[in-house]
Amino acid sequence: MMQRRTLLASSAALLAVPRLGHAVTVGVTATELKIGNFMPYSGPASAYGVIGRGDAAFFKMVNDQGGVGGRQINFISYDDGYSPPRAVEQTRRLVEQDHVALLFHTLGTPSNSAIVRYTNQRRVPHLFLATGADKWGNYQDTPWTIGWQPSYRTEAQIYAKYMLEQKPNAKIALLYQNDDFGKDYVTGVKDVLGSRFDGMVTTASYEVTDPTVDSQVVSLRGSGADVMVTAATPKFAAQTIRKIHDIGWHPMHFLSNVSISIAAVMRPAGPERGIGIITSAYQKDITDATWANDPGMRSWREWMRKYLPEGDITDSGYATAFNASTTMLQVLKQCEGDFSRENIMRQVANLHDLEVPLLLPGIKVNTSPTNFHPIRQMQLQKWSGEHWERFGDVIEGANV
Amino acid sequence: MSTSQQPIGGTLGTEVVPVAPGVNLLRAAIILLAFAMAAAVPIAFASSYQLFQLTLAGTYAIAILGLNIVTGFNGQISLGHGAFYAVGAYTTAILMTHFDMPYWETLPIAAVVCGVLGFGVGFPALRLGGLYLALTTFSLAVAVPQILKYRGVEDWTGGVQGTFLVKPDAPEFTGLNNDQYLYLFVLTLAALLFLMMANLLHSRIGRAMRSIRDHPTAAEAMGMDIARIKTRTFALSAGITGLAGALSAIAVEYVAPDSFNVELSINLFVGMVVGGVGSIVGPIFGGLFIVFLPNVAESVSRAAPGVIYGVILIFFLYLLPQGFAGFPRRIAALFRKRRQD
Repeated sequence: MMQRRTLLASSAALLAVPRLGHAVTVGVTATELKIGNFMPYSGPASAYGVIGRGDAAFFKMVNDQGGVGGRQINFISYDDGYSPPRAVEQTRRLVEQDHVALLFHTLGTPSNSAIVRYTNQRRVPHLFLATGADKWGNYQDTPWTIGWQPSYRTEAQIYAKYMLEQKPNAKIALLYQNDDFGKDYVTGVKDVLGSRFDGMVTTASYEVTDPTVDSQVVSLRGSGADVMVTAATPKFAAQTIRKIHDIGWHPMHFLSNVSISIAAVMRPAGPERGIGIITSAYQKDITDATWANDPGMRSWREWMRKYLPEGDITDSGYATAFNASTTMLQVLKQCEGDFSRENIMRQVANLHDLEVPLLLPGIKVNTSPTNFHPIRQMQLQKWSGEHWERFGDVIEGANV
Repeated sequence: MSTSQQPIGGTLGTEVVPVAPGVNLLRAAIILLAFAMAAAVPIAFASSYQLFQLTLAGTYAIAILGLNIVTGFNGQISLGHGAFYAVGAYTTAILMTHFDMPYWETLPIAAVVCGVLGFGVGFPALRLGGLYLALTTFSLAVAVPQILKYRGVEDWTGGVQGTFLVKPDAPEFTGLNNDQYLYLFVLTLAALLFLMMANLLHSRIGRAMRSIRDHPTAAEAMGMDIARIKTRTFALSAGITGLAGALSAIAVEYVAPDSFNVELSINLFVGMVVGGVGSIVGPIFGGLFIVFLPNVAESVSRAAPGVIYGVILIFFLYLLPQGFAGFPRRIAALFRKRRQD
């Protein structure tokens, strides 16, 4: 052992390429593997805290079943309060003080933006982030960071693909929120339409601070569009649905799936006003009776009963946690005991048709060294006036 | 009032006491010793992460010092100092990324920008006074994060995405790593600012500030131009807090509107009260408090860190109504009482 190390060190010195090619293993002992995470357990986004509790409960189950690669998982999760400086602080605590092997499922676009440079400079695996921004799939610039859920851009690509199939000569109106989130949709539609984008699409944007989007909707109608794509957060989505109905416009209407809550969007807009609206899904709806006897759903309910007896069985955050953690577990299994950071990244980029219990049938997790978007498929669903009804096949995002 | 009643390292107490030159020398020695300890001990023993926390605590301490000047010494309540902190941070970020300025050159500019902004806000607002001023400043804290997201300034601010900046490298001759260097840099700057403010507050102007806080009518009758002193105090305070924001941007290496929400302003206010309103050393404790208490609260209970935070805070206010800075005084009072018993 000693000799080998000396040999390695001297050959490295000889080649004068320190660090390069050396496998770095941190946060792993013979019996333990440390995983780091932060979540907004307090502050404005604390409703998402359940995801962190779900992740913790999942790894507890893994440990009860004997751990992975002979190691028990020590899942360390801190509160960042959805504040970027706190996220930096907690990340440094996890990496420099707790010496975690990797970061997993850290939540929030602003918080992850604040640490992405740090994790990539330090070469710390920064895996399966709980945010829908598209930039986490940028394997060239940030090779140590990878997202998980379908990005907003992928979602928009899927709408555009379906729309072209249905109405090859559509005139499209695109309303988007003027930030990262909204702009990802514009990019996604552009990916599919390419050079035809300028001819086919009229865009309008709004600021989160705007009181209403009425004037945008009216001017978009004026463009003569027969397809509407709304990339809006819940309050503005409800306003858009209401306004479109009230001015007697009947476009084919696509709605971003962050705004499909029945309580927060469809009911305030008026359920009958939204009939026919199309959106997308990738996870099984845990409140949908269709899945009563689904094996994946049954294993999830079993887990909830045992590890989160007080958890709200209608909170989809627990489903997200279960799915993302299952993906993480698969990566750790594939490592086959070699938990060096390099090997972890190799396995992260080596997932093939992984089936995850609560993803819709047909949707599989796939990654490769040139694909850092693990979930690129979704199924469309339509508003019936009472609930969302899935239809058609699973659609995959565009290859760009 | 003897030196034994002063806080530890707090030989810069607020009361103006005529002292013999020997005592002054002793004070200077104690301050120097405290500074040397604060510099040497963490460099020798703390990890990079702990140094980063201490650096943050240092920037908060400076920010609270700024707030304390206006609220503690001049009696005007400001709930919006987070806004100046944000403007300072963004000034540095923009100057460093768009104009390639070295970090240290941006600091005085950030301070001046915030000072001017503070003057502008203070000019009309300070005529309101009291609770109205608290609300006006509060609205500033609410507005600034949204203004930073505004499309018109996005090319400069980076919009919702925020902007990265590069942490300065330690000069090679120091032999320190970047975290150690930045800690020393912030510590030195903080020490200078605290000394300058202590001097200022013990001067004629400082006395004017406090007399306006304690009895505005009497102060006016003495011939003081209340509005003028108030506005200038406010500008000074905003400038110092802005400087702290600039330092924090360098330490965190990232600014985004979400970093400077209303909670930041409230945190600064909490830090000031916990440290000791109207105390010069108080902000040091305040800065440490707002960095470390959330971590302590979280280690007690992950389910409800907010509740633990609240309980600890109430506990502190109950035990130390004058803040940390009042602690030695309280101990001394207890001893005196026991002796009388």
